[in-house]
Amino acid sequence: MLAIKLAFKNLLGAGLRTWLNVIVLSFAFVLIIFYNGMIDGWNRQARNDTQNWEIGSGQFWHPAYDRFDPYTIAESNAVISKDIQDLIDDDKLTPVLIRQATLYPQGRLQSVLIKGVDPNQKVLELPTADIQNSQNKYAAIIGKQMAKSTKLNVGDKVLMRWRDKNGTFDAHEIEIVSIFKCDVPTVDNGNIYLDIKTLQDMTTLQDQATMLVAHREYENTKLEGWEHKNLGFLLAEFDKIIESKKGSGLILQSILLILAMLAIFDTQVLSIFRRQKEIGTYIALGLTRAKVVGIFTVEGAAHSILAAIVGAIYGVPLFIYLSKNGIYYGTSAQDAGMNIPMAETLYPYYSVGLVITSIIIVVVAATIVSYLPARKISKMKPTQALKGKIQ
Amino acid sequence: MKKIAIAIFTSLTLSLTAQTADEILIKVDKNMSADNRIVESSMTDNRIVESSMTIHGKRNSRTMTSRSYSVGDKKSFTEYLSPAREKGTKMLKLEDKLWIYSPSTDRTIKISGHMLRQSVMGSDFSYEDMMDDRKLTDIYTATIINEEEIEGRKTKVLKLVAKVSDVAYHSRKVWIDTERFVPLKEELFAKSGQLLKRSTLSDVKKLQGKWFAMKIVYKDMLKQGKGTEMHISSIKFNQKIPSYIFTKAALKQ
Repeated sequence: MLAIKLAFKNLLGAGLRTWLNVIVLSFAFVLIIFYNGMIDGWNRQARNDTQNWEIGSGQFWHPAYDRFDPYTIAESNAVISKDIQDLIDDDKLTPVLIRQATLYPQGRLQSVLIKGVDPNQKVLELPTADIQNSQNKYAAIIGKQMAKSTKLNVGDKVLMRWRDKNGTFDAHEIEIVSIFKCDVPTVDNGNIYLDIKTLQDMTTLQDQATMLVAHREYENTKLEGWEHKNLGFLLAEFDKIIESKKGSGLILQSILLILAMLAIFDTQVLSIFRRQKEIGTYIALGLTRAKVVGIFTVEGAAHSILAAIVGAIYGVPLFIYLSKNGIYYGTSAQDAGMNIPMAETLYPYYSVGLVITSIIIVVVAATIVSYLPARKISKMKPTQALKGKIQ
Repeated sequence: MKKIAIAIFTSLTLSLTAQTADEILIKVDKNMSADNRIVESSMTDNRIVESSMTIHGKRNSRTMTSRSYSVGDKKSFTEYLSPAREKGTKMLKLEDKLWIYSPSTDRTIKISGHMLRQSVMGSDFSYEDMMDDRKLTDIYTATIINEEEIEGRKTKVLKLVAKVSDVAYHSRKVWIDTERFVPLKEELFAKSGQLLKRSTLSDVKKLQGKWFAMKIVYKDMLKQGKGTEMHISSIKFNQKIPSYIFTKAALKQ
């Protein structure tokens, strides 16, 4: 207790030098929390969007389907059984039939994936009801990015060529009936959504689907004839991106922390060098060397406590503002040509765990760098120290 | 004399008009197919064909030259000679199997299944177009729908509708020169009736008693551009082609 009291007294007595250290350390604090909060917020937002728009609580794939191998698409469909149809009718699952096609917007050739979806589905946020509202059998919905790359608008008709199950070519004009905005590139880029019944007719694949998407509340993972793919599998690519972003963020955070720690270390070395008489007095008054080392260590480590308080003064309002209003990037990752789910506005997420972890890291680091120079005290001779002689 | 001439002319005309669409197709198949060609040494037809293929893109055109060795219609080996980027690329077709060797990667890839639907070297042809060597009479029901003249040649217009399900084009229209039994124009349609591709054949020459179109323009009608032009610069018959040419090992040589 004495050590803590003394430490804070000395620290505050040092004035500007202490506050400079504290401010630098508080920057490190705030930046570490800000960066990790941003990554966590992006992670939460992207996972949520991907689940809402594409994967629900998981997907059931036809065993031959491989999302990274377009050559598997033609063979990856199976008839929807009666049991599965019941689950579809209960809005627990929604079927998706996937086929490859070629679109000819303005005489250009563009490979696309046609996805047959149920217009009445309630599993995904896709505005599939728009398909049903049209009189045109070949009514289609596309995403904003797809509309941009194909230069298509609502009401436009465009020729599409595809093959039926036997490989025979067919072609017809499709009409774009609505354009949706979605931050998940795999839902938007290169995808055209049609009524699944229309696509089944077009490809002579009656009552067939490539995959079944499970509602977020549907937890069953076994359907005969279909392979369940959980969120871990479906979001594996995105998780790797987050991991690498956290890794690269760690370098920046380490540099910041090292700079702050260097300042504390330097202050400690200077203190021990300049306050030899004080150290000698402590020992003369009966304090053990270990206790004196403790006083100096606590004094150094207390920088981090003060930094946490100072950081909280300006950091907390900032974090509250950012988590409410988000950080607007002006352009989404998709607009910038990146194939990652990222919205125009990111809402950072600051968890209690993140704040506590950050505080522990900084306090432990500050304690270690404060202790290292303080060890010298234990080798000091009290008489020499009292005289203020350099040892 | 005049009577005889009229009689010959009438009988010729009658014989032509009497030809059914299937008969015309059989004659076309006979002219194009290698199986019926009797050559000096054997019943098989060995050919070395040198050709150039010009692919007209949106911004520019590029021309590739190649040399093909073939025995009948089951074995063929093609080597690209130019431009430098494509030089050394080789294709081997044995029955219904196709391999491609790319010198830049030094790898041989087997093109199978749905990969056959890809474009050949960025042209308007697909591997599938090259591979399908079934006779038209086996997969289509033909009817004569019209008679037209193309560049001074009388042609019969045949409409072909698929009678098997595993066919890429549901229907075709073929303009056939009824004297030479060479198609001069062909249009390929989707199931909906949408015109997909058109090929125009010209520069018809008689080689070894058979008529060959030396120039083919193949165009994807849904896409902008002038399509792909193919010029046959030479055909050599009855050449000795070493058997190792038709092995996978020859691809890497």
